Formats: sequence, C-alpha cells, structure tokens
Amino acid sequence: MSDLILTPNPVPPPDVNASLADVGPSRSLASDAWRRFKRNKLAMFGLVLVVFLAVVSLAGPFLVQDPLDTSGLAKQSPGNGHLMGTDSLGRDVMSRIVYGIRLSLFIGIVVTLIETFIGILVGAVAGWRRGWVDSVLMRFVDVLLGIPYLVLALAMVTIIGKGVAAVILTLAVTAWLQTARNVRAGFLQARETEYVEAAKAVGVSSKRIMARHILPNVFQPVVVLAAVGVGSAILAEAALSFLGVGVKKPAPSLGLMISESQSSFSSAPHLLIFPGLAIAMTVLGFLLVGDGLRDALDVKDT
Amino acid sequence: MGSFLLRRSLQLIFVLWGGATLLFFLFYALPTNPAEQFASGGGNRAPDPQVVANLEHQMGIDKPLSEQYVNYMTDLLHGDLGTSYVTREPVSDIVAETLPHSLRLAFWAILVESAIGISAGALSARKRNSAGDWVTTITAVVLSAIPVFVLAYLIKQVTGVYAFQHDWPEWVRFPTLGYGPDEYALGVVPINGTWRYLVQPVFVLASVGTAILARITRTSMLETMRLDHVRTARAKGLTEKRVMRKHVRRNAMIPVVTVIGIDFGTLVGAAILTETVFNLPGLGSQIVNSAKAFDAPVVLGLTLIVTLVYGLASMAVDISYAYFDPRVKLGDD
Repeated sequence: MSDLILTPNPVPPPDVNASLADVGPSRSLASDAWRRFKRNKLAMFGLVLVVFLAVVSLAGPFLVQDPLDTSGLAKQSPGNGHLMGTDSLGRDVMSRIVYGIRLSLFIGIVVTLIETFIGILVGAVAGWRRGWVDSVLMRFVDVLLGIPYLVLALAMVTIIGKGVAAVILTLAVTAWLQTARNVRAGFLQARETEYVEAAKAVGVSSKRIMARHILPNVFQPVVVLAAVGVGSAILAEAALSFLGVGVKKPAPSLGLMISESQSSFSSAPHLLIFPGLAIAMTVLGFLLVGDGLRDALDVKDT
Repeated sequence: MGSFLLRRSLQLIFVLWGGATLLFFLFYALPTNPAEQFASGGGNRAPDPQVVANLEHQMGIDKPLSEQYVNYMTDLLHGDLGTSYVTREPVSDIVAETLPHSLRLAFWAILVESAIGISAGALSARKRNSAGDWVTTITAVVLSAIPVFVLAYLIKQVTGVYAFQHDWPEWVRFPTLGYGPDEYALGVVPINGTWRYLVQPVFVLASVGTAILARITRTSMLETMRLDHVRTARAKGLTEKRVMRKHVRRNAMIPVVTVIGIDFGTLVGAAILTETVFNLPGLGSQIVNSAKAFDAPVVLGLTLIVTLVYGLASMAVDISYAYFDPRVKLGDD
C-alpha cells in the first residue's frame, strides 16, 4: 500500500528499546481516513455545515412557528418578530426555511439510500455473474446514462407525477447508474483475488462471499458517491420544484419558495436571498464532504 | 478513424433505440389513459365515452401496445416523431422551432466559458498563490455552489427588472422576455439588437462551466508543469512563453476537453433552467411545459433529440483527443 510510505505525517522511527505495549493501537481504514479527513480544512468546513444543517432540521421545528401559519402580515422585511421576514401570504420565512432544509435533507438522504441500494445490487450481480447478465444490465445503464440527468428526470415526472414520493422515486431511479458502474468494476477485480478463491475453496456461499468478502473492499467509491449524491439530489429536488414539477404547494420546499418569490422580488428581495443561501449552503456542505472523503479514502475516478 | 466513427455511431444508435423503447413502454403502458384525461379536462368532469373513443383513435392509442410500438419505431426511422397530444402539432415541427434557439445558446455559452475558464485557470496555474489565483479559486467554488436558477433569477431581477425601474444607463439594462427580433447572421451571430436578449442567459449558462473549467485547467496545468519533458524544455533554454504554449498548454488540455464533453449533460440541465427563467422558447423550456401537461409524445421526442445531440458531442470530444495527444490513435481498440 503506497499510503504507508506516503503518509504526510510519518510515524517516528521505532524506538529500539520500546516494548510491545508502547506501540500505538492498531489503525483501521476508517480511523486512517478520519485522520486524513481532519487535516483537510475545506472538508472540515463542509462537515461543520452538514452537522449544523442536521441540527437545524432536527431541533429547528421545536423553536420556530408553524410554517403554514398565515396569520402574519404579508411581505414584512426581516426583523420585527420575524427574523427573516414574512412571505406574500404572511408566513414566517425562517420557519419555512427550517422546514425546507428538513425536507431537503430528508429527500436527499432517502434518495441516496435507495440509489446506493439499487446501485450495489445491480453492480454486484453484473460484476459477479458476468456473461450475458452483465451485458444486459450494463447496456441498460449505458442507455440511461446517454440521456442527460434533468431530461430523464423530467421524463420520469411525466410518468410518475408530482409530490414528495414522486420526486424521491424520480431522483432515485435516475441516480444509481454511477454507483452500479463503480461496484461492478470493483467486483470484476475482486472476484479474481486470492481471498475470494480461498473463501470459495472452504465452501462459502456466493451470496456470503459477495456481501461479506467483496463488498467491504469495494465500498470506498460508494461512500464518496453517496456523499456527493446527497448534495446533487438536494439540488435536483430544488430545481424540479422550482420548475413546478417537484414538491407540491404549500409544502415548504426551498426550490418552491424561490419560484414563489419571483413575482415580488423588488418589494421583498429577502424571499429569494434566504432560501437561495440555504440551498447553496446545503449543497456546498455535501460537495466539500464528498471531495474530502475522496481524498481521505484515496478513491480515484468516481 | 473510420472504424472508430462506425463503432461510436452504432453505440449511439443503440442508446437512442434503448431510450426510445424504455420511455415508450413507460409512457404508454400507464394505467392513466391520456384520452380520458383530456376529455375530462384534467379530471374536472365526467368524460363522454364517444369523445374518449374519438380521441383514442386520433392519438392512435386504441390499437394494441405492440402494434403502437412497431408504428412508433417505423415512424421514427422515417424521421417522424409523432404528434403532440395537446396542440396536435407534429413533434418534428416543435423541434425545428425550438432546437436552433437552444443550440445557439449552448454555442455561445461554451465559447464564453472556454475562453474565460481556460484562460483564468491557466493564469492561476502560472501565478500560483498570487492574489489572482485566490480570487479565481474562490470564485470558482462559490459559483459551483449557487444553483443555476438562483443565479439566473438574480441576474434577471437586477439587470432586467431593477435596472429598468431605476433608469440605469443603457449598457446595464437587458430585456428578459424571449429572444426579441429573431435575426442572426451565419445562423449564430446575433444582429440588430438580438444580442441584447442573449447577454443574460449566455452569462448565466457560461458561469456554471467557467467555474468547473477554471478549476480543472488549473489542476491539469500544475500537474503538466511538473513533468520531465517540461523541465527538459526549460533546460534547453526555450523561452517561458514557448514552454507554456508548446509543451504545457496542449498537454494540459486533455482533461479539460473531457470535462467540456462530460459537462454537456450539466449544460443541458442548466439550459433547461435558464430558458425557463428567461422565458426563452428553446427545447429545454418546451420539455418542462410538455412534462407539466403530460404531453408524452413531445417529451419522448425531445428527449431523443437531446440524447442524440449529447451523443454527438461526446463523440466530438473523443475525436479531439487525437488532436491534443498524437499518441491517441482512434480505432485501434
């Protein structure tokens, strides 16, 4: 392993007189990766953003008012009891943003879970079985990858319709392709290795070899893709809702809020600025964490 | 080269056939009957069975699914993309109306982003850690985090709406509705004031790619500058300018070109959002409107056209490798 030699902070040469007890605890891949991740300032900034947003979406609802409460005055500027002002129906912008971030994270995480699951399943089967199963599955992936992402999503919208569940389904169906490709490549490589041969020789079942022996070894690109994927799913949800084919009104979606603010920008610019910042912050957080993970786990070509 | 083109064309045809088949069955095997949908005015009244039957006949969906599929594919081979459910207009007419606008927009955006992105990245790499390098890097990160539609809408509001309301000087005021007088020289060069309509959408669309290209160019140049042949070129006394032009820039372009190609998918997505914000009658905004109206034939036809253009673009990228790296021989594998 090259990273044993290239560790930026080399371990001092072993003390000849040291006993076994002085040697530090053994380091796992995860703790190694975490050490590298911690040194990356941008990645840590991203992690802080993500943790902050997670806290906001978990604790926020106990602190802010009902995002659907229309009893306030319309289009109030920030301040005056409404920290971020009110929208054109008198709803509190801050509580809509808190619930919006919550919805974004929920959609982003659920989409990524489904997408990762499908990707691993298809990639593992294709890479393990090879032959015609592999060909059929990978040609299917090629076809879907040939259609630009948002266009495919719009086509899916035409089929499935609007709403939170439809958006989750649409995005999950369009997002698993890269994961499947990476997992397949990993499986093709791993099935030729000695440890797999050894497992086969002692009579371990295929399913168990795939799940317990190979999968942990091809998991690194999957983790990176998942981190970046949450960010892209959030961005895609916002885009679909902005276009009017995503989440339905009056749900507090950030993309929907931006779309609704268009008619009243000159009198109430805060209706664009706050949700815009919220999306940018969320996407940036996951992008930076994904980049950091890629470096920390030493993953190439995802 | 010939065999390469043949192989890639066959691949592209397969992707188009696969996409058409997949979406066809997804669209037409739906439990909801589009004829009933339209006859009931979107579910607002009980549909008249006779009207439904007539509509089904008109749309050609009264036949068995397999026959419809064969018909659709035969028509497709003849260049007929079907007819819109909503306007009864042939889909190929819709493509002919909207595609040129989108291609022009993409053309200018790619031109602008390549010019600005590559030179900013190259400058950044040569003057590493200078103030200019930091400005470029930070701008690139910030631009890649702002969603396209937020940027588009912000720019539209400032230079398109606010500027008019507050009588700003004319050079910062730009019209935001449609394309204005539809006059182009050579098919792409806007004349007679049409350019004023293009400034904002092109700027928005290009900004996305500029950020990515600046970052990639910088990394790629820095990596190339560390290579042995560059040291050799310096050692034999070539001027810095010549080293950069002949030995660094061309080598560093390969990952950059790849990104321009891959990025085409992102560009299409960004174009859809930009066209919608600026009310441009392009292919992207047409797909959105048709998706909203559940107009399956139009969505399907336009998706195929976009996929075709996307496939051709990535083919062009592969061909350009051979120019930037003479070691690459097309058709060897």
